[in-house]
Amino acid sequence: MNVRLTKLLLGLAAPLLALGLAFLITSLVLALAGDPVGAVWSQLLQWPQPRNQINILNNAMVLFLSGLAVSIGFRMNLFNIGVDGQYRVAVFVAAVVAGEAWLPGYANTALAIVCAMLAGALWAGIAGVLKATRGVSEVIATIMLNFIATSLVAYLLAKAAVREEGSNVIGTKVIPESSWIPGIQVWSDVATELYGFIVITVLAGVGYWFVLNKTRFGFELRATGQSATAAVASGVSAKRMTIATMMLSGAVAGLVGLPILFGDSHSYGSTFQSGLGFAGIAIALLGRNHPVGIALGALLFAFLDEQSNPLQILVGVSPDIVAITQGVIVLTVVVSYELVRRYGARLEQRRVAAELAAGVTVAADGDRRDPDPDPSAPSAPDGSRGPGDGDVDLSKETTR
Amino acid sequence: MTTHPQEAPAESGPLAVRLRGIGKRFPGVIANDDINIDVRRGTIHALVGENGAGKSTLMKILYGVQPPDSGTIEVDGRTMRLSSPADAIQAGIGMVFQHFMLADNLTVLENVVLGAEKMHGIGGAARAKIREISDAYGLGIDPDRRVEDLGVGARQRVEILKVLYRGARTIILDEPTAVLVPQEVEELFDNLRELKREGLAVIFISHKLDEVLSVADDITVIRRGTTVATVEPASVTSRQLAELMVGSELPTPQTEASTVTDHVLLEVRELRLPDPAGGRELLSDVSFRIHRGEVLGIAGVEGNGQSELVEAIMGMRPGMTGRILLDGEPIGRLSTRARREAGIGYIPEDRHRHGLLLDAPLWENRVLGHQTRRPSARGGLIDARAARADTRRIVENYDVRTPGIEVHARALSGGNQQKLIVGREMSGDPVLLIASHPTRGVDVGAQGAIWDHIKTARRAGLAVLLISADLDELIGLSDRIEVILRGRLVGEFDPGAVTPEQLGSAMTGAGQDSAGKETDA
Ligand SMILES: Nc1ncnc2c1ncn2[C@@H]1O[C@H](COP(=O)(O)OP(=O)(O)OP(=O)(O)O)[C@@H](O)[C@H]1O
Ligand SMILES: [Mg+2]
Repeated sequence: MNVRLTKLLLGLAAPLLALGLAFLITSLVLALAGDPVGAVWSQLLQWPQPRNQINILNNAMVLFLSGLAVSIGFRMNLFNIGVDGQYRVAVFVAAVVAGEAWLPGYANTALAIVCAMLAGALWAGIAGVLKATRGVSEVIATIMLNFIATSLVAYLLAKAAVREEGSNVIGTKVIPESSWIPGIQVWSDVATELYGFIVITVLAGVGYWFVLNKTRFGFELRATGQSATAAVASGVSAKRMTIATMMLSGAVAGLVGLPILFGDSHSYGSTFQSGLGFAGIAIALLGRNHPVGIALGALLFAFLDEQSNPLQILVGVSPDIVAITQGVIVLTVVVSYELVRRYGARLEQRRVAAELAAGVTVAADGDRRDPDPDPSAPSAPDGSRGPGDGDVDLSKETTR
Repeated sequence: MTTHPQEAPAESGPLAVRLRGIGKRFPGVIANDDINIDVRRGTIHALVGENGAGKSTLMKILYGVQPPDSGTIEVDGRTMRLSSPADAIQAGIGMVFQHFMLADNLTVLENVVLGAEKMHGIGGAARAKIREISDAYGLGIDPDRRVEDLGVGARQRVEILKVLYRGARTIILDEPTAVLVPQEVEELFDNLRELKREGLAVIFISHKLDEVLSVADDITVIRRGTTVATVEPASVTSRQLAELMVGSELPTPQTEASTVTDHVLLEVRELRLPDPAGGRELLSDVSFRIHRGEVLGIAGVEGNGQSELVEAIMGMRPGMTGRILLDGEPIGRLSTRARREAGIGYIPEDRHRHGLLLDAPLWENRVLGHQTRRPSARGGLIDARAARADTRRIVENYDVRTPGIEVHARALSGGNQQKLIVGREMSGDPVLLIASHPTRGVDVGAQGAIWDHIKTARRAGLAVLLISADLDELIGLSDRIEVILRGRLVGEFDPGAVTPEQLGSAMTGAGQDSAGKETDA
């Protein structure tokens, strides 16, 4: 079979296998609990209504940003569990800045976005500094910072808040309408609009790919993640890199709440959606730290969330079942990537063997089997140079 | 001169290991092809061959790390399927890898029992067993030392002990002498002879043919993945061995007409490095100069401050005091990056820790350490196309045997990884090369080629700080040799006049006092 095609199929096989496994396990859980397996799946897997489609995209946007933030850390072996705290601090800052409206119109929006990213970066930077200077594990530090962020924001909110009349919901000042990011009308007959923030979200995804794969900074970040000792010997300052990576991760985390803030809620209040940071960890794992993978993972999670909403009413099953599915997916993804990688390696081995039997490799380097040493050409290119460069490393796609 | 293993061996003792028709392929590479080897019990069996010939691969197959594609393995007369190291250990086979696998921050005891807790527990019984083995084979190992405090020779013995502890009757050593100085090699060989007397079989890989001839009972030559001959040491010279391996002549490092100028390129003054743990200073009062076109060799038993000296000059050791001047400019406070940009090339002693990204393609490894300079980078961006082109140049010029530049560094044989690093550090015309064991693990042919590259660059004005455990290399390449002992430079020698024996005794401090060994055990 064509090598490229094989690779493509293998690349698809891993996520499909993972989903299949997750499907089976979830069904098993449902069956054991005595719930109607078929009815649940037919609700979950039906094609969403236009309104639901928009909701899925909107939620996916938020999850994507969260996954992106986490995966920046992953690329350097840093486990930023603090996206949750970072986006809370950031969205609060953005809400206050935008609510005060020191600048007119979109200048106000831009300022608020920059402030959010800065706030996220600084908040994450605390963990970075602690790690770089004191060796405090970023896992511990970011968990603690999550708690602090929650309380800090609640405390500040109580100070900055304006209370809506006749309600005990409190929130920041509402952002002036000229600074909202307008939604995009996708279906003419559906009121729900796609967040305009999608433009910035896509830019963030492209920026992530570009910075990590094309720039010196990205190279150093990945190098440090692969081998901190080798990176230091190559001239990277491990401390500075730790802090920079945490801050970058925090800056992206700062964007997480903004689609909602500028597209929907227009103020930050006690009812603002929480828990968006933790989903990002699962999605970064699912997406293998690749922007396209993260986007697909975010869509999948958002899809499951949206489809599960009416489960209670229609089938009488708690929507929490999809949280189980989501968790299981993360596990099965890890397992199935490894399975497929091994299978791929075996396949590759067999292909090389077959080519060898057909004489391809031997023809490419005829002297390999030559039993007679050739003293006149000691440094001639060695026989180990095989048929081609491009088709050598099968594991690359799957292990990244 | 040659006896093929298919024919009955002259004196056939019981066979410890019998390999027949072993084959192993990797994408784009045939690593092993129809390998046949007989290892007799109570002997030391050496494997020699070029870099990438397939020696490590074969040994990993015998140790169950990788399955062979074809062929049979017999251990003590029984055909075995070894699908994991656990199987191999069960069959009485143990292996010490080319790159050590000890956990630095654990003690010897902890390292030894790790994964073998069931045998003698993890406490007193295990400690007693370790002492017993250590005494029985003269390894001289204290179970409660931390591995990071041990020199390489001692680490090597810990690896051997680990294998014996698991009851190995056949021991594989992959390039055990690459990191050892002659005295340590002699000690190791005494240990090996002891093992052999006890009826163990030792399989041992080395590029140092003289050593092979002195210690081995049988020598099998592997060439391009296949066994070309099994010979007895008495019947061959190292020259003939080399010809069997590569078909080329054994190179001898020969200093040519001196190219030393009077332009001081590197000046190191009163360098000191305190021990973070509060012990004796790691470097005390080290001062020297290297001129353009000069090679300064540093001789010493491993663990006497060589690594610290190199890392201090590279800016990787905080806490260092003293002055370092590169071409008159103080660089002692600059970052590692700035020092590299100022034109220092760096061949680290541990290629896996400091030299490579094992899971990145070769061309990204070309970029490593040069990520701020052309051709690897352009402005803030990595120039992948130029880096790839330059990687191809290195692969070509330094004879790195690889199926392509997109393979991961991990897929290269040890010697080929080394060649890639040397090629990388010599590119971009450095003014100063800090070379720690530049030919470690490299075969005789490639060794000569690397020496030639260094000499050519030296003629063009390169200054070199050369650290090597290979005294022939040190004497052959250096214009001047300083001996380092316990963090101090204790004597200067003229390579034209000194013998390896004289250097050896200076390195251990013989004649001054006899405490030189303390750093090593
Ligand atoms: N995991 C791997 N994937 C792909 N190719 C590999 C892998 N391991 C080894 N090879 C290839 O197999 C060949 C034999 O390698 P091996 O490590 O056995 O050489 P060696 O004889 O030990 O060389 P050296 O003296 O340099 O250590 C080399 O061409 C190497 O590139
Ligand atoms: Mg090897």
